[in-house]
Amino acid sequence: MNNTWRLLLALVIAVSISACKTTEPAPDTTDTDTDTKPVTEVTTAAAVDPRDYTSNRAAENFDNPESLLSKRVIYFDFDKSEVRSEYRAIVAAHAAYVSSHGSARVTLEGHADERGTREYNLGLGERRGNAVTGLLSAAGAMGNQLDTVSYGEERPVCRVSDDSCWSQNRRVEIVYTAR
Amino acid sequence: MTMTKTMQKIIYTLLFLLVSQLAHAKLEIQIIQGNASALPIAVIPMQWRAADPRPTTGVAEVVSSDLYRSGLFDPLDEQDMVDRPVDVESIRYGTWRLLKVDYIVIGHVKDAPGGTGYDIVYQLVDVHTQEALLSQVTTVGFGDLRFGAHRVADAIYQKLTGIAGAFSTRIAYISSTGVGNDQNYQLFVADADGFNPQAVVGSPEPLLSPSWSPDGQNLAYVSFEKGNSAIYVQNVATGQRELVSSSKGINGAPAYSPDGRFLAMALSVSGNPEIYIRDLTTGQKRQLTQHWAIDTEPAWSPDSQWVYFTSDRGGKPQIYRVAASGGKPSRVTMEGDYNARASISPDGTRIAMAHGRGNEYRIAVLDTDTGRVRILTPGVLDESPSFAPNGSMILYATREGPRGVLSAVSVDGNVRQRLILTEGDVREPAWSPVIR
Repeated sequence: MNNTWRLLLALVIAVSISACKTTEPAPDTTDTDTDTKPVTEVTTAAAVDPRDYTSNRAAENFDNPESLLSKRVIYFDFDKSEVRSEYRAIVAAHAAYVSSHGSARVTLEGHADERGTREYNLGLGERRGNAVTGLLSAAGAMGNQLDTVSYGEERPVCRVSDDSCWSQNRRVEIVYTAR
Repeated sequence: MTMTKTMQKIIYTLLFLLVSQLAHAKLEIQIIQGNASALPIAVIPMQWRAADPRPTTGVAEVVSSDLYRSGLFDPLDEQDMVDRPVDVESIRYGTWRLLKVDYIVIGHVKDAPGGTGYDIVYQLVDVHTQEALLSQVTTVGFGDLRFGAHRVADAIYQKLTGIAGAFSTRIAYISSTGVGNDQNYQLFVADADGFNPQAVVGSPEPLLSPSWSPDGQNLAYVSFEKGNSAIYVQNVATGQRELVSSSKGINGAPAYSPDGRFLAMALSVSGNPEIYIRDLTTGQKRQLTQHWAIDTEPAWSPDSQWVYFTSDRGGKPQIYRVAASGGKPSRVTMEGDYNARASISPDGTRIAMAHGRGNEYRIAVLDTDTGRVRILTPGVLDESPSFAPNGSMILYATREGPRGVLSAVSVDGNVRQRLILTEGDVREPAWSPVIR
């Protein structure tokens, strides 16, 4: 009887899975925050310095294209996990924010391009995530504020098999789960 | 009792729904590169002597297409069969010699004694010696006529090639459909000829790395449904499943040992991926490798004594091996920049792997006796090799434009065939063991 129920349940699940594609939105990794502060307050308050990563208003810079806090993707060379020098300033800005905001929580999502095997690429994505985590920690972020998840080559942002596309996929996304 | 009957009805209805939902997901097969020395054979349509109405797809048709897919046979088209003998006595050998057919399969299907299914009664005859090479009865349940036909093809293949057939086995693979927020991943199990695809599990998050248990009952796989990678073991028939590993970091690359006692995995709980072995009886796990590099993609030797794995401890990914009981790993692959994801042949003499050079990834086979590496596929993004349980073919994932497809190549590289899912991206194939 018990087994019959299990089989039934499995079938119901299988049918519903095959019958309907999910409409649930995927977790938001691009972090498009719509700030709902009253418009009046924004217009009256002085704009925050884009280089302000540490004050209690620094979070406003996440949506300011002038600020390094608005840049939350780090790109990597093929089969490499060293953070290139041009991205050091971005990582430093986030390190300053995270270490000065104790409630901030960040997930470093590591990704690889499609070349090579999927499981090895999971390792590579993690290694990239760890490289960014290491820099954030060295600059004062606490271990409990940081988390690394590797998606390997499973979540490409670009699906063409060429260099320009691959370079966009070899990345770490800095995702704030709490600010 | 009535409850059970009602439930049975519901199950059948759901099964029907499931099958009709999945009918579009059938794999099509196409030979890309064949073999000029294929054996000419005629599988004569079998006389239907059972009480039930004759099914639309005949046994002979299934046997013919199995043999054709192997690349080693050249079956005669049904329309070219000028004669259709039903027993050995009525074979006119001269006619078949004129048609340049070397072997004939004749037979009939009748109700099995006791009313439990069908008997496929058949003979394999050599046209030149006029000798019956095989004379057998294969008994199957009422719903298993295709399976019975695959077993007939297995027996013919074994008789004429000396190698056990692998037509009555199954394949598992991952299919991905949709883009962006509509992306959906499914783990499928299908017959080796692509028929009867059944979704085992589905998720909006990535699925990868299916691995069969040696009895063919369970599949271990990786799912991101909880946000991070986790390893599950699921019973294919009942759908019942168990979460095996969801520690911090990567939980990847599950691989059953051929003796069924262990599950090897790649876990990065220590900070970087290492190979661990879980004892399936006690649930205890132990760490097998210890190195700051990426150690992943474990694959067992047929005797369950060795674990092969991918490691970039030398700078680039290469295949290493270590005793399953522990010890110092030694490097196995010496040629090339990138060798990963080993699959070991059932006799242990060959290692199939993804072999990378520049931007091109191909399936290559390393002969463990001679150390020679042979590239079998044209690339350019070929990966996930999986040996057939008879060692004759290697199933792998490749690309056609942006789309993932599955292909199979003979171990000598002479015969290649493509299996296409009519919808979606297909990848991560795993060929089942022989299911008795």
